[in-house]
Parts: sequence; C-alpha cells; structure tokens
Amino acid sequence: MSAAREPMIVASGVCKSFGDSVALNHVDLSVTEGTVFALLGPNGAGKTTLVRILSTLIAADAGEVRVGGHDVVHDADRVRERIGVTGQFSAVDDLLTGEENLRLMADLHHLGGNGRNRVAELLERFDLADAAHKTPATYSGGMRRRLDLAMTLMGSPSVIFLDEPTAGLDPRSRRTMWESIRELIATGVTILLTTQYLEEADELADQIAVLDDGLIVAEGSPAELKARVPGGHVELQFAAPEHLQAAARLFKTASADEHKLVLHVPNDASVPSLRALFERLDDARIDVDHLSVHTPSLDDVFFAVTGHTTAEDTTP
Amino acid sequence: MTALTYTLSDSATMLRRNLRRLQRYPSMTVLLVGMPIVFLLLFVYVFGGQLGTGLASGQSGRRDYLEYVVPGILLMTIAASVQGTAIVVAMDMTAGIIDRFRTMAIARPAVLAGHVIAAMIQTFLGLTIVIGVAIALGFRPTANPGAWLATIGILALFGFALVWLATALGLAAKSVETASNTPMFLTLLPFLGSGFVPTDTMQGGLRQFAEYQPFTPVTETVRGLLNGSPIGNHAIAAIGWSIGIAIASYLWALRLYINRQPR
Repeated sequence: MSAAREPMIVASGVCKSFGDSVALNHVDLSVTEGTVFALLGPNGAGKTTLVRILSTLIAADAGEVRVGGHDVVHDADRVRERIGVTGQFSAVDDLLTGEENLRLMADLHHLGGNGRNRVAELLERFDLADAAHKTPATYSGGMRRRLDLAMTLMGSPSVIFLDEPTAGLDPRSRRTMWESIRELIATGVTILLTTQYLEEADELADQIAVLDDGLIVAEGSPAELKARVPGGHVELQFAAPEHLQAAARLFKTASADEHKLVLHVPNDASVPSLRALFERLDDARIDVDHLSVHTPSLDDVFFAVTGHTTAEDTTP
Repeated sequence: MTALTYTLSDSATMLRRNLRRLQRYPSMTVLLVGMPIVFLLLFVYVFGGQLGTGLASGQSGRRDYLEYVVPGILLMTIAASVQGTAIVVAMDMTAGIIDRFRTMAIARPAVLAGHVIAAMIQTFLGLTIVIGVAIALGFRPTANPGAWLATIGILALFGFALVWLATALGLAAKSVETASNTPMFLTLLPFLGSGFVPTDTMQGGLRQFAEYQPFTPVTETVRGLLNGSPIGNHAIAAIGWSIGIAIASYLWALRLYINRQPR
C-alpha cells in the first residue's frame, strides 16, 4: 500500500534565480514518507533557497513541488498545516520567554486547553523547563536551537524541514541536537535537513543529495555514495625499509612512501579481502608494525562529484 | 471553527504577543509618549507667553496658547506613537520569527492586524496621558460629551490611517534604523500646519502647504470640537484624508507583506 503512495516530498524541475544569479537549476528530488533526506552542500549551493520553496516561503520560477500530496503554491495552507520549519536563523521571539514562545505556537495551532500540557511536555523534552521563564536572549546557542525545534514541533508536523540545524553550535550542543533529531526520526516523521557537515548527513540521513551551485550532482544512501568513490585502502606501517620493500613487491598496485615507511594497499575493507591480505603477508613472513583501514568518507565523495571540497566558501 | 473565527482568534493571539512585546520594551513607549509632553511644556512655558499674545483672542497669553496648542500636540502624539509602530513592525520583519509565521497556516491578516490593533492601543494610551498632562497644566476644554466622543472618533480615524501608513513604512524599510527615520516627517507636519500657530501667519508656498496638508483639517476639527472654534469644511476634509490615507496605506502594507522576500 505504501509503495503505491506518492512520496511525501516531490520536486521536479525546480528553478529559481535572483536577478542574474541562478540559485537552483532544474532540481528534482523525492523523499519517501518516514525517511530522512539530507541536502548536502557548501554555502551558496542553494540549500536554503530550496527549503524556502519546499516550505511555501518563496515561489519557484519554474517546476512543481508537492508536499504531503499538496501543491506548495496552489494549496499552500494545506501544506503549511503539515510542515514544521526550523531555519538556520533562529525563529524565536526574543522579547517573550521560552514558555511564552511555545504558548504562542500552541495558540496559533488552536490547541486550546491541550496547549498548556503540550507546552510543559515540550519544555521538559528539550530540557528547557528551568529556563522557561527567561527570554531567549539569555539562552546559549544550543538552547535557542532546542527552543526553535520545540516551537516547530508544537503543531505535530508530519514533515519537518531542518535548515542547517547545527550550524554554529559547539560539538557538544551538536551532539545534543543530533540526539533530539534521532528521537524525532524514531516517531516516524519525514525529515528534510540541509547541512554543510558531511558527518551530520552520514549520521542522520537515509538518503543524501549533494547540491552544488544549484544542481544536484549526486544522490544515494550514504553507503551508495561512498561506494561511488574509489579510495578504500589499508595502510601498513613498517619498522624497517626492507620490510616495506618486500611488501611493495608483494602488492603490485600499492603505493609506498619510503620516508614514512608506509604502504597503501587498495582494499575494499571487507572481511574476505582483509583476510586475503593478512594471509599474503603471513606467507611472505613480513612483519607489519601497525595497520589501519581507511574507508572513503563523504568528504572524498564530495570532492569526487564536485571537484572541490566542502570547505570552499562561495557567496550565498 | 470557521475562517472568520480563525482570523479573529489568530489576530487576538498576535495582539497578545505585540502587547507583551511593548510591555517588555517599555523604554520606547516612554520615549515616544514623552516627546509630545516635552513639546507641550516647551511650547506652553517657553514660547506660550509670546505666542499667546499673537492669537486673535489673546488676553491672558499662556493660558490661551495652551488651549490653542493641545490639538497640535495630540496629533504630534499620534505621529510619535506610529513612529514606534514602524520600528516595531520593522523589528519583527527583520527577525526570523516572521518566516516561521509564514510557514504556518495562520489566518493571513492576523500578523498585520495584531500590529495595527496594538499600535492603536498604544496610541490611545499616549493620547490619554497627554490629555491628562494638558488638563493638569490648566487645559479646560468646553466640549460636551458628544463633542468628546466626536474628538475620540476623529483621533481614532486619523490614528488608524497613520498606523497603517507607519506599518507600510515599517514593512518597506530594509532595516530597523530606516524604519525609525522614515516616519519622522509625520512629527514635523503639526508644525507645518495649524498645530502651533495659525496658518495665516505663514507666507507664500509654506502657507499654501500648511492649509492643504492633512494634519491641518484634523487639527482644526479637534480644536473646534474641544474649544468651540469654527470647524466648517475641516471635518469633511479630515475624514476624507483619514479614509484615503488608511485605504492607500492598507493596500500598500498588504502588498509589501505578501510579496515580502524572506531574509
């Protein structure tokens, strides 16, 4: 039954330009209900523009977008009833307390008498109960994001957009935020998140699309994307040059570093191929001082598909 | 619930939010209500003795000038108050929360309605305080209850028009700083009309401007209602200007709000 159902988010041929600069160039994407989809790309790739189009904030110049089966332009209010958006600029009212911010959301969702319980529940869940009567001006970056996310969840949305949910957070707050997002994933909602952090997409997403300069340049599960890139290898560290030379004769495709006494042997890091590697080393009686296995990271993927690293900072 | 009850309920929610924000940011309200009071004291006690003798009816100078200047000060109170409205609207539009509202299924007019109603409440609060100060200084209007009601009506109508104008200016402003400057001309207009001195004491082009700009008929109507001076066609002009400014500003504000690009 679910196989026949339309995906929760469908975008086809989405284009958007701001003046002369093309932000999105025929973007297609499809997000299955109950999954996490990550849009990965550097600053200026078009991630935020795409989220704004998907969440009814701005209209695309061309293309069609449907969320939860409704068109984002013609049926914007139907879409708005189902979505929750947490932007990269925190969308909290700085002059209201944390509790009042949540209360405001409860009132706008017309929760009536249930609102009070829901406010208390969300304050508790996001560890904000102690700060409930303080304004967000006194909050840490992590607390602001948590309040922001709590406000997004007030209406129990079935589709959640998280635009760079951990940008600018310290590593500890980032971990806490990931925990919150994982709890959210467990409730079965559909999530589209954008991030510049490859680790974040790898940690959270079922499906990743790499967005670069307004184009989706690669798409797949984290594993599929990694599989597209060669670069898996085993690094062998030797104690003496003669051991290195002996090993280099054994593995013809390996590359040796004479100074560091290191040999990189291509290997897909599967158990049989590692076992085969060890057997050959044992047969040749070569002593290995230290060994490490390297699988390709999403950084490698990004570099392979875009020709530049994620660190590159283009204008937004 | 029907669409109408949603609109009313969402507008009430937004009004509560805006009133709470005003409460949390009282320095601006104090400053904006304080300004016309300072001008009232300045014009009555510093310039009043001299200006009062120039009035046609002038007998006791300062006291007569107090009676004359209060309507001008009341309009200045409205102008100052809506300057705050423009700032508050711009603050809101440059903050992230407005984008949140726009991704929610909130009744469309609620956000602006919340601002406009809060601004009207703030304006009337200011007017009440200023009238209170004027009465404490010896202002004794001759108006009967009917004339008072009509005064409140005219001030409400003109206030409503300027609140919408300020809302549009706040929406049009790219920054909060701009929004605090653009409505400044409104606080000058009582001077360039009959707010502080009769327009027939002015010369040439200035006099013509002073006679025909919208603040003058409103000032003259309020003055007539409170002090019994002749109103003539001013009431019609005051109502016409107010309705015209309100409609034009409302349409402008709505367009700006709907077409607004997120930050």
